[in-house]
Amino acid sequence: MSEFLINSWGWPPFYASACAAFVAVVLILHLIAVGAMFFIWLERKVAGRIQDRLGPTRVGGKFGWLQTLADGIKLIAKEDLMPAEADGLLFRIAPYVAFCASFSSFIALPFATGWVGLDINVAVFFVVAILGLEVFGVILAGYASASKWSLFGAMREAAQVVSYEVPLGLCIVIPVMIAGTMDLTKIGNLQAGWFTNWYIFHDPFTFLTSFVFFSCALASVNRAPFDLAEAESELVAGFHTEYSGLRWSFFFMAEYGSMFLVSALGAILFLGGWNGPVPMGQFLFGAHAMELSGWAFFLINLLGVMNFIFKVVLGVTLMIWIRWTLPRLRIDQVITTCWKYFTPIAAIMFVGVISWQLLGLPSGGDLLPLHVDGRPRLSGDVREQHLKDAVLPQDSADQHSAASRALGDNLVRVGGGH
Amino acid sequence: MESINGHTLLFLLFGALTCFFALAVVFSANIVRMAFYLIIALATTAGLHFLAGADFVGAMQLVLYVGGTLVVLVFGVMLTARSPFVSLRTAGGDWVLAALIGGTLLVILLPVAFQIGLPPTATDGIFTDPAGSERITSSVPVTVPTATRIGLGFLGVPGDDFSGYLLPFEIISIHLLVVLVGAAYLARAKRRTTVKNSDVSGSS
Repeated sequence: MSEFLINSWGWPPFYASACAAFVAVVLILHLIAVGAMFFIWLERKVAGRIQDRLGPTRVGGKFGWLQTLADGIKLIAKEDLMPAEADGLLFRIAPYVAFCASFSSFIALPFATGWVGLDINVAVFFVVAILGLEVFGVILAGYASASKWSLFGAMREAAQVVSYEVPLGLCIVIPVMIAGTMDLTKIGNLQAGWFTNWYIFHDPFTFLTSFVFFSCALASVNRAPFDLAEAESELVAGFHTEYSGLRWSFFFMAEYGSMFLVSALGAILFLGGWNGPVPMGQFLFGAHAMELSGWAFFLINLLGVMNFIFKVVLGVTLMIWIRWTLPRLRIDQVITTCWKYFTPIAAIMFVGVISWQLLGLPSGGDLLPLHVDGRPRLSGDVREQHLKDAVLPQDSADQHSAASRALGDNLVRVGGGH
Repeated sequence: MESINGHTLLFLLFGALTCFFALAVVFSANIVRMAFYLIIALATTAGLHFLAGADFVGAMQLVLYVGGTLVVLVFGVMLTARSPFVSLRTAGGDWVLAALIGGTLLVILLPVAFQIGLPPTATDGIFTDPAGSERITSSVPVTVPTATRIGLGFLGVPGDDFSGYLLPFEIISIHLLVVLVGAAYLARAKRRTTVKNSDVSGSS
């Protein structure tokens, strides 16, 4: 967008990029806020149905779909209380810390090819790094409240998040390793084509990994059955016991934002991102759909965003379903699950995927060799090209040594496997 | 109107924020607030890295330093949990020692900073590729990928010599693993003697 403003309207680059950044930020903010509204409503409806109730039915017509808005107005009107013993500065700032951490990681999250706030080359790394910062808000809130319940919740959250970052990181490394890039846009585009190209169907190990990833993601965003930090049956409301009004709702926006984020991350890493199960774009516009421009590109991206949002909402719905179905674990069970089960399983999956790649066993995409027009599969091409680019940076492309070329071929053979 | 270099402004803003919160760490007396200021100072440093076009180093800063401060924060909370909001007073000797060390570092760093000059800004946010091949018309400097080069330089691949850091890295990894195993051994749950059937599994 900033390129458009510079080239078409002749804006100075800084103002153009500032304007583009502003638009991206406003869009992401609205996505989180409206998403939180929708997901809270969805959660109440799903919870109601699971518990054989109706859920909200009155506000806003038949399905009560304005219930969250009414709750939001109520929350704004509530008095903003702070305990007398509390550490004022940290107490006030903690919800914003949590929300900012959740919000910032959306910057690097692509919704379709090129539709991303900031196209970072190490987007996976960035998103995971920022996602881990949300725990600061929880710990600060727990500490600054000067309440036993809050502090217990915060300490549990700290132990849990520090532990679950390990298997989560291992699970994330696996698709990154198959793709050979940490760029989320490229990872998404490498899974274009039929649904068998999605990394969840790459081999049996990635199939299992995606489930481990989902469980660890549940724990890292502090959702049931891992919601030890707010365990309302034991700790009143955990870390946000002392909060009320709008500050309290910021914690919830952060929570639902994070849920959306980890679902989106899972959708890109394992479920093909914005690529549908059937290569619609290539049916409509031929095999060169990825290199199109203009309105066709826009249309494909629009389809892609719909695909993407659908997958993400599916993931969030699954989280809601799990929350209202499974009982909460004890803290020792949570830690045991992490260190004795998830971490070893993730490590075994890691080794398994490496071996699969090294032995050149067929991946899911090879089992269903349906090309749209007889061209070789897109992903293989892109991957080899990408690996060549990676190994031979442009500035040294003309003077690279024979050794680096040999290693490049090696990498391509190992990474491609076909 | 003279074109304002917004990138430099942002860089200076982040630098000022970093300095402010670094000073706040020094002058605060509450250990948890100190940890919080430290987090902000380190996060704004990551912002400086991103502005300078070092996206990988910036993300690394977030993971290692900002994430690592989590442990400081947790320990701060745990140490002060019994009597809340303990304040930490610094003795006079500590001030002298800290000023000495900090001043020495400053003396070393300042000449280097002046040698390099101002932050890397071309005219009004137009950045040139380090390779010099093409001009990127965007004021977002992180479009030049750095992670691949860092990784390959680390392995010692793209240059003509194989002077990578793979062996030292492996040695350090094994060393760290040994240390971790030792720490886990020392901090393990002691052998249960009286309580039966209670799960005394070690925490993280």
